[in-house]
Amino acid sequence: MRKYSVFAVAREAMRGHRGWEAQWTSPEPRKEYDVIIIGAGGHGLGTAYYLAKEHGITNIAVLEKGWLGGGNTGRNTTIIRSNYLYDESAGIYDHALKLWDGLSQDLNYNVMYSARGVMMLSHNVHDQQVFKRHIHANRLNGIDNEWLTPEQAQEFCPPLDISRTARYPINGAALQRRGGTARHDAVAWGYARAAADRGVHIIQNCEVTGIRRNPDGSVAGVDTNRGQINAKKVGVVAAGHTSVLMEMAGVRMPLVSYPLQALVSEPIKPIFPCVVMSNTVHAYISQSDKGELVIGAGTDQYSSYSQTGGLQIITHTLDAICELFPIFRRMKMMRSWGGIVDVTPDRSPILAKTPVQGLYVNCGWGTGGFKATPGSANVFAHTIANDAPHKINAPFTLERFRSGRLIDEAAAAAVAH
Amino acid sequence: MLLIYCPYCEEERSELEFRQAGDAHIARPTNMTEMTDEDFEAFFFLRDNVKGLTFERWRHLNGCGRFFNAARDTVSDKFLTTYKAGLPRPDLGTLRPATEATVETYEATESDAK
Repeated sequence: MRKYSVFAVAREAMRGHRGWEAQWTSPEPRKEYDVIIIGAGGHGLGTAYYLAKEHGITNIAVLEKGWLGGGNTGRNTTIIRSNYLYDESAGIYDHALKLWDGLSQDLNYNVMYSARGVMMLSHNVHDQQVFKRHIHANRLNGIDNEWLTPEQAQEFCPPLDISRTARYPINGAALQRRGGTARHDAVAWGYARAAADRGVHIIQNCEVTGIRRNPDGSVAGVDTNRGQINAKKVGVVAAGHTSVLMEMAGVRMPLVSYPLQALVSEPIKPIFPCVVMSNTVHAYISQSDKGELVIGAGTDQYSSYSQTGGLQIITHTLDAICELFPIFRRMKMMRSWGGIVDVTPDRSPILAKTPVQGLYVNCGWGTGGFKATPGSANVFAHTIANDAPHKINAPFTLERFRSGRLIDEAAAAAVAH
Repeated sequence: MLLIYCPYCEEERSELEFRQAGDAHIARPTNMTEMTDEDFEAFFFLRDNVKGLTFERWRHLNGCGRFFNAARDTVSDKFLTTYKAGLPRPDLGTLRPATEATVETYEATESDAK
């Protein structure tokens, strides 16, 4: 792999950009690998990368039924934060946030992580009490989060309407300054390039149709539309389709899949300096480096695999955005799309071993998995390599729904999640 | 937005009037205090989360307020039929379920392209 640097840019500029090589290869699948990862999104590719980098396992295939980064990795609103209430969640999301800081250098790929601040608006007394509780809990866990008055909130985000006559008046905000955004495609591409450089096979257009088992019940490999591929360890990192894949191994999951929509506006000059979220009226918004406003809507109310969603869900979010930021009322929306998110009963992820020996699962990120990509991949690689969880993901088991040790972020976390 | 036929009101109404209410044809256990943790987990937390034809409960919340059952394809979101609560699963043999090939979702068009 040729290193990307300012000198490489200069060198290629001198010779008509003919020397750039493909970022990853597309090899034919081997008959057998040490580890198979199902799903080439950020979490899956990252898992392969950390397995190769930190655990010395390079005989890995990442199988993807569509194209690399074409699932939820390429469909989210790119928001990064770690201000979760419970200790377990704080542990895993802040592990991710620490890895975001430095990820571009680690991968030699600009993932455009921008710590521009994530501000969560409070509209009523209940919001204020909940956010202040979050702030104190976060600080005890060493995570930055602070309370802003409405005036301070507007100073941090000038387009915000804080007038008392607003449809959704604002009585304060919680701000995590280390939160922000990153370029989601670049995260998938960066992990793919760095993993491929260490010998990982990335095989696209390869759909897993079955999970093979040995007579003793342990995993033997997978059936795909490109033939049988053997492996002693298989990691399922398939977001909305996790239930479908796990069913192939006879494991029922505590998951329901919903469509989640997002949309972007026409590109405009820089106007929006941070990320703003509002639980109560359900809106979140930021501006991409390309200039588009990136807006996240809620999930549809019924389960579906359709990768689209109801127009009324988007309209509801835009109503709220226009009330909070009257300046955007005349803007045109350019594109909208949906992804399928897998939601657990307690709205916390599952990163764990399964009842099937050699089968591991990383799922249940619901509506907020992108922010966790590096942390999730890092501890999931540890879990696969050692056949035992890292202490950070030890609480995120599949068995917690039997024992009752839930990590109930359902009510605690932000925005429908 | 979907149009859903309420078997009690006997008319199609907008999706906005309805709420999905989980899987249909699940008998609530009567001996919950004696169940093993495994059985309770299977009843309370685990879901089939079917991709394709599924039977589920809906409620006409902002209408007659009653619960009914529906057979729906979760890939196309097409309702194959709805029927009153308490009735057995209908025979869908005569109804042809929608498949990915008949629906213009991203998934369907992508697999066509392949």
